[in-house]
Amino acid sequence: MRAQSVAATTKTTRSFVGQWTLFRRRFLRHRLAVSGLVVLAMLVIACFGAPWIAPFQENHQDLITGSTGPSPVHWLGTDELGRDFLSQLLYAGRISMSVGLGVGVLSTIVGVLLGSLAGYFGGWVDELIMRLVDLFLVVPPIAILALLLQGFGSSSATIVLALSALGWTVIARVARSQVLSLREKEFVDAAIVLGASPLRVIVRHMIPNLAGVIAVNVSLAVAAAIITESTLSFLGFGVQPPDSSWGNMLSQAAGLLGTPQVHLLLYPGLLILITVLSVNFIGDGLRDALDPQTKR
Amino acid sequence: MTLNQQPLLTVDNLSVVFSTDNGPATSVEGLSFELNANETLGVVGESGSGKSITSMAIMGLLPRTAAVTGSIRFRGEELLTKTDDQLRDLRGRRISMVFQDALAALNPVKSVGNQLMEAVRVHSSDRSRREMRARAIELLDIVGIPTPEQRVDQFPHEFSGGMRQRIMIAMSIANDPDVLIADEPTTALDVTVQAQVLDVLRRVQRRTNSALLIITHDLGVVAGLADRVLVMYSGKKVEEADVEDVFYRPSHPYTLDLLAAMPRLDGNSGDSRLYSIPGAPPDPTELPPGCRFAPRCRYAMLGTCDRTPVPEQFITDRHVAACLRIDEVAAVRQEASS
Amino acid sequence: MSSTLEAIDVVKEYPVRSGLFRRRTGTVHALSGVSLEVPKGKTLGIVGESGCGKSTLGRSIVRLHDIDSGSIRLDGESVESASGQDLRSLRRRVQMVFQDPYASLNPRLTIGSALIEALEIHGLAAGRRSERAQELLEMVGLRPEFVQRYPHEFSGGQRQRIGIARALAVEPEVIVLDEPVSALDVSVQAGVLNQLKELQDLLGLTYVFIAHDLSVVRYLSDEVAVMYLGRIVETAPTGRLFAAPEHPYTKALLSAVPIPDPIVERSRERITLSGDVPSPLNPPSGCRFRTRCWKATERCATEIPLLRTMADGTRAACHHPESETQSPTDPTDSQRTEAGAQ
Repeated sequence: MRAQSVAATTKTTRSFVGQWTLFRRRFLRHRLAVSGLVVLAMLVIACFGAPWIAPFQENHQDLITGSTGPSPVHWLGTDELGRDFLSQLLYAGRISMSVGLGVGVLSTIVGVLLGSLAGYFGGWVDELIMRLVDLFLVVPPIAILALLLQGFGSSSATIVLALSALGWTVIARVARSQVLSLREKEFVDAAIVLGASPLRVIVRHMIPNLAGVIAVNVSLAVAAAIITESTLSFLGFGVQPPDSSWGNMLSQAAGLLGTPQVHLLLYPGLLILITVLSVNFIGDGLRDALDPQTKR
Repeated sequence: MTLNQQPLLTVDNLSVVFSTDNGPATSVEGLSFELNANETLGVVGESGSGKSITSMAIMGLLPRTAAVTGSIRFRGEELLTKTDDQLRDLRGRRISMVFQDALAALNPVKSVGNQLMEAVRVHSSDRSRREMRARAIELLDIVGIPTPEQRVDQFPHEFSGGMRQRIMIAMSIANDPDVLIADEPTTALDVTVQAQVLDVLRRVQRRTNSALLIITHDLGVVAGLADRVLVMYSGKKVEEADVEDVFYRPSHPYTLDLLAAMPRLDGNSGDSRLYSIPGAPPDPTELPPGCRFAPRCRYAMLGTCDRTPVPEQFITDRHVAACLRIDEVAAVRQEASS
Repeated sequence: MSSTLEAIDVVKEYPVRSGLFRRRTGTVHALSGVSLEVPKGKTLGIVGESGCGKSTLGRSIVRLHDIDSGSIRLDGESVESASGQDLRSLRRRVQMVFQDPYASLNPRLTIGSALIEALEIHGLAAGRRSERAQELLEMVGLRPEFVQRYPHEFSGGQRQRIGIARALAVEPEVIVLDEPVSALDVSVQAGVLNQLKELQDLLGLTYVFIAHDLSVVRYLSDEVAVMYLGRIVETAPTGRLFAAPEHPYTKALLSAVPIPDPIVERSRERITLSGDVPSPLNPPSGCRFRTRCWKATERCATEIPLLRTMADGTRAACHHPESETQSPTDPTDSQRTEAGAQ
């Protein structure tokens, strides 16, 4: 009988493939995500490698030349202070992307943690956390940001903190609802019956199953943060000169409307768009690749 | 019943293949059977055997991604080449279906009476509203819903699971169909309620003289209801015969083993072990070249059964089994019963 | 009788809240005074239709939720009030196998990590946990190499075996089997049932086997308890219960199970109960089965029948049990009891 039962298990004779290999294979099948990843990687290398790659040093001014059009030396031309526009774009990308990533990671950590606690324990813990979420959701975010940034100064760090403070509520809600549904799963019951502590249940059994949701959220949060930072900078609350981000470059270029330099408005806008799209595509790809139900 | 009457429904060499991420998945392959008026045919199989796909193919409800080949003829008319409009006319009127999940199949915001009247109206629009209402009440009465005059105006959520399944049956017989297909009609129900619903099906079939095709995984249901039984395994017909033959003279090892694997309410309990069929059905994207059951079969001959497709063998003119070892199976069966 | 597991008058109710202020608008009477006893090394089958409380009872025994009153005891130690270290050691002694093979394993954990986790929690097999995990797989008829695979690579039957291995990891005395084969196909079900039987013989396990399928329960149980709407209506040694049911509900339940034998099935005397099980929100007074019972009298509406000991170890909660009814008034027309349905 034993031999027979063993024979009963030979259905999956295909050689074992690791979870990581599976994940990679699934992600690589997602064309948009892969192109997003390639584009984003190029942008990251270009921006963070700016000190080595950019044709001119950060804020290198050439007041004599002043504003010029595209030329073999200055591919995208220079602004009115004679700064090489391409170099400026790359340096600015460093800040925009750092802010995006910082906000994405920080708000996700806070959101997942608080959301999971609310969902798992329910009762007053849930009430407390969810009322806090409501509080953040009813106040107009731009007002809060303006206030915060006026009060504490707008360095990149405070921008990250301020945007995270606003961003965590979204993921907290999602995490809570996911945990609520996981709470009903029999494998969670099984862990409880085995004597697993709440911490173990959350960390080992719930959060890994939130991976897909978390990936999507990080990507959405990164994209949203880049856009919000740009908006803030455009409005003058964001990154302050001499530091520059794509947002405040956009804001400066806005002054060029009606001049021959108006094309300068295009580049920061385009980079924001490309980055945000790439990040979103990657998020989609991650979500699909992290779904354990897909078998290949 | 006239003798030379052609069968109501003829399924001929039906194959259904889905394209999946893992390549083509064969759900049904080379399936043929006939269904005659006044007859109840039970199609039995486990999950993934293709039994439900077959019923959906007959109803023309398969998604477009499914490649359907072969022939399905209703009174000699080919169904597979019909347009959606032509099929819609046929569905519900000549061939109708009872689904497993009555709650999902009924519209929650319409009264039961309205839904029944709609079913009647779709195919005979000349009736007056009063006539249709009377028909709705009559239908509810046929399926044994008490005080149908009052309940006709209630909504699906006001009925229990068993009652909803009765309403589904009432809807399916609204236009006196020739063929009634019931796909796992009692799987979601408790056993005492299942008994009621099976009674209703039996009564309704007798009353309307329709042919009943009942699809189920439960051999017990088939034993009580079917005249003929078709056993499916992994998309293929493994055995087809009159109900007594299938249960008392099973000729395919799968049928035999399945009966031996079932704990029974009336058999000798406790100490006698159930036969446990090793392994699991094959993946529909990686089907074995020979008999699909060969890898799990205790009678299989290596090199033959697992290599080439097995032809159907006739034991009698009403009993077929797709097995090369029917004589060995018969010997074993006789030994076991003596 | 050296009794391992005992339930004494267990009551479990769920509030139903609705409206803006979540006011309590009703009560689901899931368990209304359930008592039972399972001797060591034996199997008690618990059968009943949906809503009868059998799963709630199982989950109470493994302390997945608290009970409102009554007591559940393991060798005299109370389960319902255990906490802290007591609860941990209780968790080692009582395990559960779940119904849904697709939901009961964490899709993110390899089979090995799932088994090792169980060992870690209780500090078992320190230093040789992966070997132990492989042993556990072999115990349930799976290959030891499977430790490195993920749940989605297995069929339903295999997953159910993995669930059993996980329960066995902590070397429990009692296992609550909550519909362990109801999601499996017949051809696979027998293997799991046989495995459970073998393991019981090998390890001296005590089983509480919850199922709606009476044939399956019959195959595995020494004694069977039949539940209806939160109460046990009859309990008897398996052979006795199936041969000579005392409670009308048991009788009706048995007669409703289809038997895979055309001649037997078509010649059976069948009791078709009318209507459905009443809502546990508002169970009938007195005997809860009276609204569908063909023997019901006025007494049944006013007086709750208690479990009484009858012949051969049967206990039935009925005012008119089969053996005390002179001429069996079998239901020719049970429609008259329709009133209570819905």
